[in-house]
Amino acid sequence: MDAVRSHRLRSSLTMLGILVGITAVVLTVGIGQGSSATVRDQINELGTNLLVVSPGSSTSSAGVRGGFGTVSTLTQADAAALTSRVTAPDVAAVSPVSTTSAELVNPTTGANWTTTLTGTTPNWQTTRSRDAQQGRFITAKDERNAAPVVVLGPETVTQLFGSTDPIGNYVTYNGVKLQVVGVLQSLSSAEQAASNDLAVVPLSTYGQRLVGGTSRNSVSSIYVKATSSDTLSTAYQETNALLLNTHHITSASNADFSIATQQSILAASNTVDNTLTVMLAGIAVISLLVGGIGVMNIMLVSVSERIREIGVRKAIGAAPSVIRRQFLVEASILGLAGGLLGVVLGILGAILIPQFGSQRVILSVPASIGAIVIGVGIGVVFGVYPASRAARLAPIDALRSE
Amino acid sequence: MGDGVPPTDDVTTPVVELIDIGKVYRNGELEVAALRSVSLRIDENEYVAIVGPSGSGKSTLMHILGCLDVPTSGTFRIIGHDAQSLDEGMLARIRNLLIGFVFQQFNLLAHMTALQNVALPLVYGGIDPEERRARALGALERVSLVDRAQHRPGELSGGQQQRVAVARALVTEPAVILADEPTGNLDSVAAAEVLALLEELNADGRTLVVITHERDVATRAHRVIEMRDGRVADSEDEGMGVVKSGGRR
Repeated sequence: MDAVRSHRLRSSLTMLGILVGITAVVLTVGIGQGSSATVRDQINELGTNLLVVSPGSSTSSAGVRGGFGTVSTLTQADAAALTSRVTAPDVAAVSPVSTTSAELVNPTTGANWTTTLTGTTPNWQTTRSRDAQQGRFITAKDERNAAPVVVLGPETVTQLFGSTDPIGNYVTYNGVKLQVVGVLQSLSSAEQAASNDLAVVPLSTYGQRLVGGTSRNSVSSIYVKATSSDTLSTAYQETNALLLNTHHITSASNADFSIATQQSILAASNTVDNTLTVMLAGIAVISLLVGGIGVMNIMLVSVSERIREIGVRKAIGAAPSVIRRQFLVEASILGLAGGLLGVVLGILGAILIPQFGSQRVILSVPASIGAIVIGVGIGVVFGVYPASRAARLAPIDALRSE
Repeated sequence: MGDGVPPTDDVTTPVVELIDIGKVYRNGELEVAALRSVSLRIDENEYVAIVGPSGSGKSTLMHILGCLDVPTSGTFRIIGHDAQSLDEGMLARIRNLLIGFVFQQFNLLAHMTALQNVALPLVYGGIDPEERRARALGALERVSLVDRAQHRPGELSGGQQQRVAVARALVTEPAVILADEPTGNLDSVAAAEVLALLEELNADGRTLVVITHERDVATRAHRVIEMRDGRVADSEDEGMGVVKSGGRR
């Protein structure tokens, strides 16, 4: 303890090694947990109890199979079929969606902004769990009449209208005037621009007035909301069976669509997260190892520098075990201090990192306690060799030095 | 004297006994015999000076007497304990309880106060803090340095440092005090003080062994053992009031 204090610079440099390692551990765990929390939130923002049906691989009449998304195999008729209470009793709401990238213009100011133009039905509000914070969402009447109305995301409003109230004003797309009738609520934790930057129009308007083309009845995807989380899997099976039936496909392996659940999306992103976490953890382990070697180095220097002190202590009756304990305690104090400071620095980093980027950091108490334990452990493990060297010194050799 | 190393009440047992002791240092190919067939017996309450030119083996002898080193051959007993049969831990215990060291370089720990330095042997002896403090203060009082208890060695004069070292040597109430050139680094006034202190301890019944090359220090001892070429050259009886062994002044 005295030795640690009386060699402040050396001790703090040693601690620095462990400190960096522990900070890396704390931040690695924090960033890993932050990332998965972000992904979880993003997926929850899709809406709860949600199934996403996407066009899948197709088999043409000639037997040629295409990859995912090569053909838009989903139609509005599929969506309509899914609303059936009889064949799909566990489906609460269905919203077919067509999307395209579109440049919108504010004709008054001339401001333009490229966003995702989404054509959908009023049920979109239910499947995606989104509300309008201003004005209203598109209605069944809008859909019936292919009304030239649009609901904008909050980010889109900022880009096109600045701080002026957009409700009742117009935006144009390819010369078609659309009246802004509502603004979507901002999603608080949305780092994904897509959640707050979009323009929603009735699906009929989308197909008949704006995009049109040959595939006006096909849709990009269909959101299906199950009645509850318990019925999610039955809703999945009902959707699957119903679509296979309407598409006249007998073998499930030939399905020309795919259904994703929140769980499957979550699992995919978790795999990516885990890879990242393992990589960062590897870096942390290496820096801890380097820190530990630093401790050993300093303790060895300390032993040879204090060889005379060890000799005196032995001469007045310190047993080898006592000397060993003394050096082990010193090493573990270094480790403990490095661990504690590392956790403090990690907490600081957890506060600072989100200020400079969108990365979320969630601190974990068990990980922090674990980090401190690791710090002490490193001190002990890498202190063992120097300590036993000190303990083995013959008192006479130790006294004779200098 | 404490557990582990029971003192012996047998008055006929010598404090230290060396029978045909040899010590060979190996330095690579080279073998250096530091001690050759040294036989020696020091009894309770003796005051012995070990003299000799450098390289004569007197320091090696002192290290063996102090259980800091083990002989290569022969038998060494300290208060009946055969040193060769003891492990490092037991030797440490003997050093702690039976022997008090006074070094030429003082060898106080620089980062500790005088009181902490004096109390250190009691720490290793497993004495509880309160008793440690009381006994360390008592020892400092013995050397008239109670008022310097909170000073660090760097803040003390050489004579004061050596007196702290004497206090450290006597705090465990050891049977033997081994002093290796205790006055070597001191001016004559301080040297006289330290020597007087050591002799006082001898007068109180402790065995005192002083290694010195200063003739006037050696002449004050009851017995002088002269070392030459790793052998005991002669046991001269010098000075006044000489008693051969087990002596009183």
